[in-house]
Amino acid sequence: MISRRDFLQTGMAASAILGASSFGQWGRLAAQQTLTQDQLTQFDTFGNVSLIHVTDIHAQLKPIYFREPSINIGVGANKGLVPHVTGADFRRLYGIDDGSPAHYALSSGDFTALAQGYGRVGGLDRVATVINQIRADRPDALLLDGGDTWHGSYTCYHTEGQDMVNVMNALKPDAMTFHWEFTLGSDRVNELVEGLPFAALGQNIFDAEWDEPAELFPPYKFFERGGAKIAVIGQAFPYMPIANPGWMFPEYAFGIRDEHMQEMVDEVRSQGAELVVLLSHNGFDVDKKMAGKVTGIDVILSGHTHDALPEPVLVGETIIIASGSNGKFVSRVDLDVRDGRMMGFRHKLIPIFSDVIAPDPEVTALIDAQRAPYMDQLSEVIGQTDSLLYRRGNFNGTWDDLICDALLSEREADIALSPGVRWGPSLLPGQDITREDIWNVTSMSYGEAYRTEMTGEFLHVVLEDVGDNLFNPDPYYQQGGDMVRTGGLGYRIDISKPQGSRITDLTLLKTGEAIDPAKNYVVAGWASVNEGTEGPMIWDVVENHIAKQGTVTVTPNTSVTVTGL
Amino acid sequence: MELTRRNAMILGAGAIVASGLPLAVAAASGDEQIAAFTGGAEIGTEGVTLTAPEIAENGNTVPIEVSAPGATAIMVLALGNPTPPVATFNFGPLAATQAASTRIRLAGTQDVVAIAKLADGSFVRATSTVKVTIGGCGG
Repeated sequence: MISRRDFLQTGMAASAILGASSFGQWGRLAAQQTLTQDQLTQFDTFGNVSLIHVTDIHAQLKPIYFREPSINIGVGANKGLVPHVTGADFRRLYGIDDGSPAHYALSSGDFTALAQGYGRVGGLDRVATVINQIRADRPDALLLDGGDTWHGSYTCYHTEGQDMVNVMNALKPDAMTFHWEFTLGSDRVNELVEGLPFAALGQNIFDAEWDEPAELFPPYKFFERGGAKIAVIGQAFPYMPIANPGWMFPEYAFGIRDEHMQEMVDEVRSQGAELVVLLSHNGFDVDKKMAGKVTGIDVILSGHTHDALPEPVLVGETIIIASGSNGKFVSRVDLDVRDGRMMGFRHKLIPIFSDVIAPDPEVTALIDAQRAPYMDQLSEVIGQTDSLLYRRGNFNGTWDDLICDALLSEREADIALSPGVRWGPSLLPGQDITREDIWNVTSMSYGEAYRTEMTGEFLHVVLEDVGDNLFNPDPYYQQGGDMVRTGGLGYRIDISKPQGSRITDLTLLKTGEAIDPAKNYVVAGWASVNEGTEGPMIWDVVENHIAKQGTVTVTPNTSVTVTGL
Repeated sequence: MELTRRNAMILGAGAIVASGLPLAVAAASGDEQIAAFTGGAEIGTEGVTLTAPEIAENGNTVPIEVSAPGATAIMVLALGNPTPPVATFNFGPLAATQAASTRIRLAGTQDVVAIAKLADGSFVRATSTVKVTIGGCGG
């Protein structure tokens, strides 16, 4: 978190110091319970350049509920630092009142009660209204999309991303970078990117065969705004072929490539860039490390790890902005760029309260047109839930517990594995579960639910491997997801240990017996990165399970014990 | 100049660089290989760059690049492989650059080491940890 002292140390213009704490102001407004659109978007225009950042929308065109995590553990140098601060600790850190709109939007705790009071969040027609309002203040504001846009819903799956492209184009972004988009397959990604009326950036998107920058994705683009020359550099998700199925886009290689990033920053500076903006899908801790290694970046617009922070984090002279996910937030960053450098900034993370911010009617119509051909399928009620269904958190979420239950019963398995992805909206107790809701937490281009046998030893290797992707103390070795979710399998994890010795006490829950390394177990799972995975689609497995239950109840999960905090 | 695989191949065609010499003796450990290369001399840290991915996209073909301006030779080792030596690149006096790129196979997560012999006969070393993972669940 940025402190006032940190601001002073940066030696930036005094006006930026005042601008930094706009957040505290809306904390007070919240206490007055008089939330209005004007208050949410209120901003004293500052400097000569405005950036608008949206990221990790995951194809959520319509308002949703989205519960922020209650467990988000930081390791190494990031232990105890944002975004690894949750719930009441988060509120105390930022001076947020319990029960306020900021509590509801930004932190976990009392989620169901607050959601019933404050309503849904997001909706790209509301996002459009906020963008238009910023453009009314600053007509040449840059709109930058951090990626994970063309993935995550029923309509996005069936249109292969076309619904999102159509709606985002109406918002007129200036540039975009990528992650899950590539899981559409390289042919489809290439087709969509070739048709984009804005820049598709990625300094780390390389041709896999030659290990040279891919022609379709330039590293950066220059913009002239407010009399300043601005370079926006793109950084796609570095670990796409590892975290997602590389066989779907074999022509491309990625990686962090911070040496190449430094070359690009030096190149744009030598071409006269007065402001260097990095549109990143690195994940927050990777961005922090990169900001400390690569010199000359003024602003990092951070995506991938779905963190929403009400104030920028400062590393050296680089500010890092985290703008949440699922269409829940829009960040506005106003900058004073003069004499060839960034002299100050003012920032606001704008939560999209869907009952407060009026939808833009043209975009509403456009969204509804994308959905119209599928409305019968989308709206079919499959069951109801008695429990809050959510996903975010390092170890388990109730949505994943339900998905694991579905895998265990529908696939007749001993053990279920469900990927630790961070997308997927929440459902409140008492809500209907529609087909759309199920797809919102399962949709992907490799959703086959496999059933296979694994030895106890291999299960241990899997948990250790994923655990290291999350808890390796060096952010460059993290992939930015959460821990793989387990059904029917309990374990203990000491996050302070190195890979190979974090996971102990593997237990088969149905018998209470220790997992035998030499024995085979029937395992059902989904989202395998291996080519040729066979099985029914996960959304069908989950739908069948919920339909049989009628009303689902998810009991608290106590099968994972976390130590070494 | 930016060294690319294509350029490296062009340079290689000039027969003055990038002569990968797979060592015949497979059993020697990484430490023994290093001692044989340096003759036991002290090894510094400044002057050689090893570029490798933090996490390999495919452990069977990991792109790496080494560069040491003024070097006469660069040895690359994959310390965790059953046979640690990867290649030794020798640079003649007419070499335009003392850099090379290649792809290596890694048996698992391990340190990759590049040791350069500089023109003055001293040695410098760079190390990168490359993680080989089974992959899976990205957010």
